[in-house]
Amino acid sequence: MNLVVPAPRRVGPWLGQLSAYTVLAFGAVLMVAPFWYMMVFATHSNTEILSVPPPSWFGDQLLVNLADLLERRPHFWRALWLSLWVAAAVAALNLLFCSLAGYAFALYDFKGREPLFAFVLATLMLPSFVSMIPTILLMQQLGWINQARALIVPAACGALGIFLMRQYIQSAIPRELVEAARMDGCGEFSIYWRVVLPLLGPALGTLGLVTFIGSYNNFVGALLVLREQDAYTVPLVLRSLQGTTAVAISALAAGAAVTVLPLLLLFALYSRRLIDGLTAGAVKG
Amino acid sequence: MEHRPAPPPSLPHPQRRRWLSRRWAPYVFISPFFILFAVFGLFPLLFSAYVSLFRWDGAAGLEAMTWTGLGNYAYLLQFEDMDLGQVFTAGFWRDLITRDFWRALWNTLWIGVVAGLPQHLVAIPLAYFIHTRVGRLRNPLLALYFLPFITNIVAISLVFEAMFSSNFGLVNAVLNGLAHWQVGGFTPLSAIFPAEPVDWNRPDKVPWVVAFVVWWRYVGWNVVLYLAALQTLPRDIFEAAHVDGVSAWQQFRHITLPLLRPMMFFAITLTVIGSLQLFEEPYVLTRTTGGTGQVAETGAMYLLKTAMTDGDFGTASAIAWLLFALVALLTWVNHRVFKPKD
Repeated sequence: MNLVVPAPRRVGPWLGQLSAYTVLAFGAVLMVAPFWYMMVFATHSNTEILSVPPPSWFGDQLLVNLADLLERRPHFWRALWLSLWVAAAVAALNLLFCSLAGYAFALYDFKGREPLFAFVLATLMLPSFVSMIPTILLMQQLGWINQARALIVPAACGALGIFLMRQYIQSAIPRELVEAARMDGCGEFSIYWRVVLPLLGPALGTLGLVTFIGSYNNFVGALLVLREQDAYTVPLVLRSLQGTTAVAISALAAGAAVTVLPLLLLFALYSRRLIDGLTAGAVKG
Repeated sequence: MEHRPAPPPSLPHPQRRRWLSRRWAPYVFISPFFILFAVFGLFPLLFSAYVSLFRWDGAAGLEAMTWTGLGNYAYLLQFEDMDLGQVFTAGFWRDLITRDFWRALWNTLWIGVVAGLPQHLVAIPLAYFIHTRVGRLRNPLLALYFLPFITNIVAISLVFEAMFSSNFGLVNAVLNGLAHWQVGGFTPLSAIFPAEPVDWNRPDKVPWVVAFVVWWRYVGWNVVLYLAALQTLPRDIFEAAHVDGVSAWQQFRHITLPLLRPMMFFAITLTVIGSLQLFEEPYVLTRTTGGTGQVAETGAMYLLKTAMTDGDFGTASAIAWLLFALVALLTWVNHRVFKPKD
């Protein structure tokens, strides 16, 4: 661990620097390697993957592997579409509800504001497993088992989103602006919709990304309420492939690569915004 | 407020009644969260506390519940057939982790520590180095370290499973390759790395594999957290120390670390909560079983198995509340240790 700490200057700064850069680069390779091999395995046949040493560069079997995957799990594309749709719906609902609540907490003076906001933050500390069992029962009662809404509705307004929105609105939107709109006779909802919301662009982008990715990756929630194969989201389909007697790593890797691809794409485009958004709460809170 | 100017006459509907007054608007705006939380958060929370006091096969309907008081908790903890006088002997602890609940708890804590501690031990110096030395490459580098955190864990766990496969896996190929690496007739690394393929499916290896994957997934997240905290510190404290001839190590140890305490509290809290909820990585890596002898079955896995496979909702709810109590306890301890001194 000491390698990473810059050595005292007496030793010669470049030696410490060099070893630290080496560790840093090694770490970066370690972080990326599984993604690399996921993509590489997706383009090779099973026998090629199982040879020693395994391939490290792309092959030409991608389409074969995808066909194999679809033969084993005919509803793979459907599941992928469902995952994307659920994630988009969760993100859209969070944008609306969290920005509304964040706006109220940031720019209204009302009785109970502070304790209510503290309560919102406190719910972040609740471990999800505590409510697992009754959630299953509740979904059975509502008849939402095997339905996408069982994943969408409970996740429609996250506490973290409210927090992010409140922080942003407090710093970016002057109270005078809202007051001026009110003086002009603008209704309370219109102030939000026409004055506040259009100014929230960057924060909405961040929150949308965070909630989309969170929902897209949601595995436990889907495991609890989706029981039938045709209702599966994509993580469940991938997991179910594991149980088959002759596990085809190639087909699995192809499925995994397709699943991760939308995430990599979003991340390549917006990594800075995503990182800032996720850590903003940590630093200010 | 009392001196409110009359609406200008030019407005289209000066007298229009608002369906939402200024007084009630904030309550309406925050209501979605509270309604959703009441239904999908608070109700399940309280209901699980209630259910934990009953013997109940969930499939049999609400009528099948029979009151058992703390029976489910007693069944899990098994205090009555333990010889608490033996608590300082190794045999007591060996016996303890043969009991389902205690074993799951032990596995959870073990993976939590083995995966969690190195996250912070690596992330803090790494963030410090990036903060003080890395300029232009900072953003792409951070993105690489952050990548595992945003990844679909099922997809990546499946790849890890293939990478750790004993006969053909990449990990063994690399480790064995390093062991056989020769410089002038010597194999300098053979003492550190295994020369033969390691069977990663063996019960004593599986928890290590799980811990490694968990570490891999969250170390970058912690780097980003600590780096964000470092960036809020005023730059001149680093420069002042520089001028006074303080070594880099002293500066790190006596200036930077103390200033990072609040973030350490926050980041460690997240690690504690996350560790005690750990489910996906061990679930996928052990193909839902928890491994031979349940060596990597965490508390959350045990909970879900009790509910879904055994249909024992009462006991499952008791597990949930015992784990919850543990989360609260550890968060409190962490608060005592790392709380910023006022």
